[in-house]
Amino acid sequence: MALQDVCKWQAPDTQGLSPHLPQAGGWAVPRGCDPQTFLQIHGPRLAHGTTTLAFRFRHGVIAAADTRSSCGNYVACPASRKVIPVHQHLLGTTSGTSADCATWYRVLQRELRLRALREGQLPSVASAAKLLSAMMSHYRGLDLCVATALCGWDRSGPALFYVYSDGTRLQGDIFSVGSGSPYAYGVLDRGYRYDMTTQEAYALARCAVAHATHRDAYSGGSVDLFHVRESGWEYVSRNDAWVLYSELQKLPEPEKEEEEEASEAHPEPATPTELAKVENSPRGLEPGDSRMPAETETL
Amino acid sequence: MASRYDRAITVFSPDGHLFQVEYAQEAVKKGSTAVGIRGTDIVVLGVEKKSVAKLQDERTVRKICALDDHVCMAFAGLTADARAVVNRARVECQSHKLTVEDPVTVEYITRFIAALKQKYTQSNGRRPFGISALIVGFDDDGIPRLYQTDPSGTYHAWKANAIGRSAKTVREFLEKNYTEDAIANDNEAVKLAIRALLEVVQSGGKNIQLAIIRRNQPLKMFSAKEIELQVTEIEKEKEEAEKKKSKKIA
Repeated sequence: MALQDVCKWQAPDTQGLSPHLPQAGGWAVPRGCDPQTFLQIHGPRLAHGTTTLAFRFRHGVIAAADTRSSCGNYVACPASRKVIPVHQHLLGTTSGTSADCATWYRVLQRELRLRALREGQLPSVASAAKLLSAMMSHYRGLDLCVATALCGWDRSGPALFYVYSDGTRLQGDIFSVGSGSPYAYGVLDRGYRYDMTTQEAYALARCAVAHATHRDAYSGGSVDLFHVRESGWEYVSRNDAWVLYSELQKLPEPEKEEEEEASEAHPEPATPTELAKVENSPRGLEPGDSRMPAETETL
Repeated sequence: MASRYDRAITVFSPDGHLFQVEYAQEAVKKGSTAVGIRGTDIVVLGVEKKSVAKLQDERTVRKICALDDHVCMAFAGLTADARAVVNRARVECQSHKLTVEDPVTVEYITRFIAALKQKYTQSNGRRPFGISALIVGFDDDGIPRLYQTDPSGTYHAWKANAIGRSAKTVREFLEKNYTEDAIANDNEAVKLAIRALLEVVQSGGKNIQLAIIRRNQPLKMFSAKEIELQVTEIEKEKEEAEKKKSKKIA
């Protein structure tokens, strides 16, 4: 103890968060300049527009997103992947700055993997959300923009958390994030039930994203659909958003048994099978297909 | 030979001993006995209370400490060292809950305490902690656990164990008497702990402190009266066993 004090040497803390993360505030800015104001004046104009949604139900958690990456008025990529796998039983929908989301998800993957090795089991979705929000809250005010829904299946069953880069962390049954989220929420709130069947859930998710891409300029391209089950996550389908929307418009009005008002009937709860048959992806993918080859590493 | 290698903790002796760690284990052997028993739905910790001076307030002598709602520990050895370890462990329990939302597992906090002890055997200028600890509790999965750590920083899981002054005697007693019947229900497990301590404690129930944790319930310290009740029951059972034996012989 005495010698350590004399030499002013600090033992590395192996039990805490993994080292090598840059200290918050350790950014290269001109001397005498406050990082926050510097970024506000000179920082890159980061644009975010997207529609992602996630909801949990009896048979797991559904995550769906559009695939348009926009940069102001310019579509940077029409076929990007906005749902990122963290490990076999955890997915994250990403919204905000793509670069921030990608980086922070890799950091989260590392943290969870280290903890899994130490503890002998993967942390719960609640823990993962807590870790992510705690890590990001150190960078508050530095223009990080990550709005994400963590979808997973852990010991407590299907779990869904919303995490925002200012440190917000919320548990819920339905979340939609992004510029197209108001449109998606409208559809989701109308059709959501905890006891849906899997096919009904797929149809609801596709319908919500398709409607959002129709109205929101910054959402479009295709609709990605993922499903987290007890056995792990599964890439269900990718369907072109415009094709999906026009097929939805073509569906006849369903007959309502219970509700009095017949107007504005939402097509998908009553005719899930029709919808499933009618969708066809340009790549010939069948919805409800078995797992797509995973392009990112699984833990 | 030993005297040249036991000054600094970080120096090995030629035959591979860390003498400071071994001397710490001697200090543990001087402490009062503690016993831990893992039942099916209950974990029990019992300690021998050292007799207190006349003017001393008995209630301030605490050898069983709660680390969190579902974990507690008893120690044998230097009381002040134990206080430092218990404080660090309590902080770690709450930090874990803050970072990860889940309460610590018994194994996690044991590993933390063991890592802490090990750190002090490999730093210059420090001496090891002179305590062994028995850590008991229930995890989220409802399984009861008992772990023992020693001054070198190793830890093991046990079904039943004893540390301190007469640990060997108590352990032998437990090895003979820890059966499926003995832990069949909670009461039996408690009685086993008391019987084990009565082997080595003078003047009976007055000098025993007992704590239990039941699944999904917080730590419960037994009052002196409750311990007396158990002790009288045990003595009754002993008498009846003796009577039966003498009947058989006669």
